[in-house]
Amino acid sequence: MRILIIFSLMWAGSIAHAADGKLIATPGVSQIEGSAGGGIVPWAQLAGYASRDEIAGNVFCSRGDVSDYRLDVCGAQANFYDRVEFSVAKQRFRINAADLTIRQDVFGIKTRVYGDLVYSRFPQVSLGVMHKRLRDDEIANALGAKRSHGTDFYVAASKLHLGAFAGYNWLWNLTARHTSANELGILGHGGSDQGRRLQLEASTAVLLGRHVAVGVEYRQKPDNLGLGEDDWKDIFVAWIPNKHLNVTAAWLDLGDIAGAKNQRGWYLSVTGNF
Amino acid sequence: MNKLLFTTVLLVVSACSHHNSNASLYQQLGEQEGIEAIVEAFINQIGNDERIFAYFADTHVSRFRDKLILHFCDISDGPCVYDGDNMVDIHTGMNITEGDFNHTVDLLIAAMNEVGVSHRVQNRLLARLAPLRDEMIYI
Repeated sequence: MRILIIFSLMWAGSIAHAADGKLIATPGVSQIEGSAGGGIVPWAQLAGYASRDEIAGNVFCSRGDVSDYRLDVCGAQANFYDRVEFSVAKQRFRINAADLTIRQDVFGIKTRVYGDLVYSRFPQVSLGVMHKRLRDDEIANALGAKRSHGTDFYVAASKLHLGAFAGYNWLWNLTARHTSANELGILGHGGSDQGRRLQLEASTAVLLGRHVAVGVEYRQKPDNLGLGEDDWKDIFVAWIPNKHLNVTAAWLDLGDIAGAKNQRGWYLSVTGNF
Repeated sequence: MNKLLFTTVLLVVSACSHHNSNASLYQQLGEQEGIEAIVEAFINQIGNDERIFAYFADTHVSRFRDKLILHFCDISDGPCVYDGDNMVDIHTGMNITEGDFNHTVDLLIAAMNEVGVSHRVQNRLLARLAPLRDEMIYI
């Protein structure tokens, strides 16, 4: 909480000289593992409005609330010259029935290797790494996870097509992730099926104006623990009133999580850019 | 629910697209008169922006206005042929940064908002102009 207040003050203090070198809404929002992206998928864009000559910093908090669980995340990203993004996310996963919380930290680095989301002929491509460490590993161990920490590697491609859809701007993103994480890593890494796997993730959105985007996301997930881990889906609406703030609401369909059926519910996320 | 929302979005989008779908971008921009208004508003935006105005210190404003109108007319399939200098020649030596380029795009959008160009027509013009960026920045 103290970190949040400090960041809020930094944010308020630095709006005057915030990075603004991109079209509004094009950097995306903050995904639950801390990267710039949609809600559940990391995108090729780097967080915030930094162009090649600027540095951008962002802070965010998000909550996903489904039938039997709740995930709260707060984090921050720094974007150096639209080339490298560093991110950190602190997750608190609440198991309602057991009155129990699992905490996890995620540290991410992403680098843009080609292109510009809007202006290059081919999609922008980025490579990313997410290192995940559980602070509370009792549940992961009990369920048979091999490790309480692990690292995801991913490649993401994104493109915004100006005026593509009857004059509306259309964005798509595809991500391939090599991972051994169970439910984001909150249930540890690996299991009886220990192998790392390649998982595909996708997002698409239409910008209905400069300030509103609606879209859908899909994220494939492995099932290392044999608990029937399901792929995740969401539909989102993002509101981007200016280059300092965005608010995203989504409807989540996370399927079965650790034996609890049909986990559906709502998601809300707020990011401040400075 | 996914399907329902997606179908709704498609319906809204396709319903909107029938409107004016046969008009050329030039017509959608309001032809000569509309383009002149956009360029006039754009020049005012630039004039009021310290950061971008610096790039225009040596610019002959009335020539810039005439050539930009011609350029927009040509690029939107209007009955004009752009006869000004090419983008590389104009921008060489200005060393325009990506951030300043994108800020200028924001000024153009503000100008189009000011004169009432619809969001979808704005995007169509931006889509025609976007490929020129590489001929304008860091040269």
